[in-house]
Amino acid sequence: MLRFLVRRLLQAIPTLLILSILVFAWLRSLPGGPAAALLGDKATPEKIADLNHVLGLDQPIILQYFGFLGRAFTGDFGNSLVSTQPVMGEITTFLPATIELGFTAMLIACVVGIPAGYLSARYRGGPVDNGVILLSLIGVAVPVFFLGYMMQDLLASPLGLPSQGRQTTGLDATAITNFAILDGIMTSEWDAVWDAIRHLILPAFALATIPLAVITRITRASVLEVLNEDFIRTANSKGLTQQVVRRRHVLRNGLLPVVTTIGLQTGALLGGAVLTERVFNFRGLGFLLAEGIERRDYPRLQALLLFGAVVYVLVNMLVDISYGIIDPRVRVR
Amino acid sequence: MQQLRLTRTRRVALIGLAGALAVSLSACAESKREEGAGGGTGGTMIFGAAGNPKLFDPAFNDEGETFRITRQIFDTLIQNKPGTADLEPSLAEKWESSNEGKTWTFSLKTGVKFSDGTAMDATAVCANFDRWFNMKGAAAQSQMIYYGDVFEGFAKNEGDAAGDPVYKSCEAKDPATAVLNLNKAKGAFPAAFTLPSFAIQSPTAIKQYNGDTVTQSGDSFTYSEYANKHPVGTGPFKFDSWDQGKGEITLVRNDSSPSPAKLDKLIFKVIPDENARKQALKAGDINGYDYPNPADYGLLRNDGEQVLIRPSFNVLYLGINQSGPNAAKLKDPRVRQALAYGINREQFVKSKLAEGSEVASEFVPKVISGYTDDVTKYPYDQQKAKDLLKAAGAEGMTLKFYYPTEVSRPYMPNPADTFTAISEDLKKIGITIEAHAEPWNGGYKDDVQKFGKQDLHLLGWTGDYNDAGNFVGTFFGREKKEFGFNNPELFSALAAADASPAGDAHAKAYQEVNKKIMDFLPAVPIAYPTPAIVVGPKVKGLVASPLTDERFNTVTVS
Repeated sequence: MLRFLVRRLLQAIPTLLILSILVFAWLRSLPGGPAAALLGDKATPEKIADLNHVLGLDQPIILQYFGFLGRAFTGDFGNSLVSTQPVMGEITTFLPATIELGFTAMLIACVVGIPAGYLSARYRGGPVDNGVILLSLIGVAVPVFFLGYMMQDLLASPLGLPSQGRQTTGLDATAITNFAILDGIMTSEWDAVWDAIRHLILPAFALATIPLAVITRITRASVLEVLNEDFIRTANSKGLTQQVVRRRHVLRNGLLPVVTTIGLQTGALLGGAVLTERVFNFRGLGFLLAEGIERRDYPRLQALLLFGAVVYVLVNMLVDISYGIIDPRVRVR
Repeated sequence: MQQLRLTRTRRVALIGLAGALAVSLSACAESKREEGAGGGTGGTMIFGAAGNPKLFDPAFNDEGETFRITRQIFDTLIQNKPGTADLEPSLAEKWESSNEGKTWTFSLKTGVKFSDGTAMDATAVCANFDRWFNMKGAAAQSQMIYYGDVFEGFAKNEGDAAGDPVYKSCEAKDPATAVLNLNKAKGAFPAAFTLPSFAIQSPTAIKQYNGDTVTQSGDSFTYSEYANKHPVGTGPFKFDSWDQGKGEITLVRNDSSPSPAKLDKLIFKVIPDENARKQALKAGDINGYDYPNPADYGLLRNDGEQVLIRPSFNVLYLGINQSGPNAAKLKDPRVRQALAYGINREQFVKSKLAEGSEVASEFVPKVISGYTDDVTKYPYDQQKAKDLLKAAGAEGMTLKFYYPTEVSRPYMPNPADTFTAISEDLKKIGITIEAHAEPWNGGYKDDVQKFGKQDLHLLGWTGDYNDAGNFVGTFFGREKKEFGFNNPELFSALAAADASPAGDAHAKAYQEVNKKIMDFLPAVPIAYPTPAIVVGPKVKGLVASPLTDERFNTVTVS
């Protein structure tokens, strides 16, 4: 297992280097640039050229890249052009919100999606199955931002749920870890916990729709496949109870591709979070990224996109490890 | 001991008396607060801001969301009368210029203190002027956009800063008199003294928290602790905290301010999405926000919100490029006149812009000194437009019309709508339009202003201070790719107007310039749109400003 882990970590290095080059080149190929964004409305071509010179953005891109890489190795990702704060500090400040939101969304997706997919497969062709298929199709098809706006406009007020932010403004909650719910529990500020949960509901459901739909469909397909396998027939013929067959054989084998999907969807959550966090003013990394793109905030975008890549690589590693746990054959290979 | 012991009755009576005294004393204090301008009975206001502030040292800033906050923390020497672009005293009770505009004498309010307890006097004022002029480092100077523009250079120009400085020296004659000496007169004064970038800050705090240090690492800047955490001014509010995670900037009342606030607390909550700001107001999470969509004004009012329309301080224009793909034709004044006659601006303003917006007859809004009604006008006349095109041999010409996407500006809430309306009108006079839509930050401004690829384009301007030069000088003061013409007579008239001393002569000079511009017609002014600001029903006392210069010291929230 250790060798496997080390090998995967070493493989990650060239991946991240190539990604850093792509991110860097892509950002600099965008028209506009940070100088225009920094100078705003009053930017004249002359002022933009001057600022580009001061920022070193008129240097050859190779030089700019190595400068960036050198600083990145020392942990210096520069300061955001928008907020003027160190980007690393911003990431640590905003990360808890995204983890909280992403975790809740994934929890919703799994808790609802896996049973729904399983039931759909078990009652294949019936009304339950058709209903689940239709809903999951809608879930994949509706854009997150549209769903977000609809939820804000139609649900927030009737349900009495906040449509904005992570916390009621003026609520004086103690921040220790920046995980709003966790902090509330640690300090026994139950009002703050409830406030944080209420703020999470709408954005988490909006963010959960796509992974929920995907997990449902994959579970359904996978369970159907397993139900047709020879070993199920064998298990049934051995006289095992249906409960044992379902739990030990169908679910265990059927969950393997679902775990991969959960892993991949977790990586993709950051993409969904950009829109969800923006719509709900839920200040996490997605919010930072959206603002960074609008303002051509190179330092912030470079750091965030690389951070996203690292998360993706790590999640994939976790998926591989969990594979090994669920299916011992993977470990042997 | 025996003597001192009070009977039970007496004790009760004494306690009663003390209680009554306390109540009446606190009532006195209360009534005093009511009488005073400030005093902290106004509650807490939460305002939805569209973006993060950059930092809190206004000298290094040129951006509205930051100024919205620094305006509450700092005062300028002169300010705009609430709700107008007219000047009124602020830290300076009086100001006068002599030596043909090269010397400015400010008589300061006495007894004013910064919120750190140090004195706001002539020495402090001069320390601010000296600080700006002597600012070192390319990183610092490149961030002083307004100082660079107005004062044209530094003691030692670094990096790309260049030019002969306008500033010469500042003398503190006595604690209440600061004299500013300039190397040359500048038309922007005195109005430019109202710019938030030229707010007077505490020299002691700047020194204590290294306010002058701006460093650069790679493609970003690092500002001082002063700029991020300890801004100190004389404004109605004091800086309290900036919570990045929540996106909240909290200010508290500054009791030592000469214009103290009524509110106890003022919180700016950053909500970038316009729809999200609207939802937050509806839900009561915030008490107001800026840049509402004109399409929502009616709905907001129906919900009981107050939509305050700002007097227009901007202009939307149709740019004409005389060096673009159709240079030969657009150099002909008859063709440019045809474009002006061919656009039904009345109809456009009525159907596409927010209430209060007006058709523009020149490139400065009505509230600016230098505006004149006596310019050549081009009322909608389709036939005249066609005749002019025919006379110029430009019938049926094809023009490349650029317009921006992914943006909404105060002077152009919906660029695509604006483009459609104008291009439909131009088609009616026989012009074929080749549409070019580009993202605002993704090539539009470059193509239009740097490369001049267009024949026609949409752009506009929101003024910084009450001076016509801030509009027409910026547009037509020199040869630019955006308009592609070279008119030395107009350029020198603009330079002369800019150098003319403040007052009637200055206004007159710009009136003449405006007439010249509307005869030459380098572009077509379209409209003076009116942006709005929204506050909830419980908010009282907010005065909408044409310069988005809303100060919250008069506001209360019940």
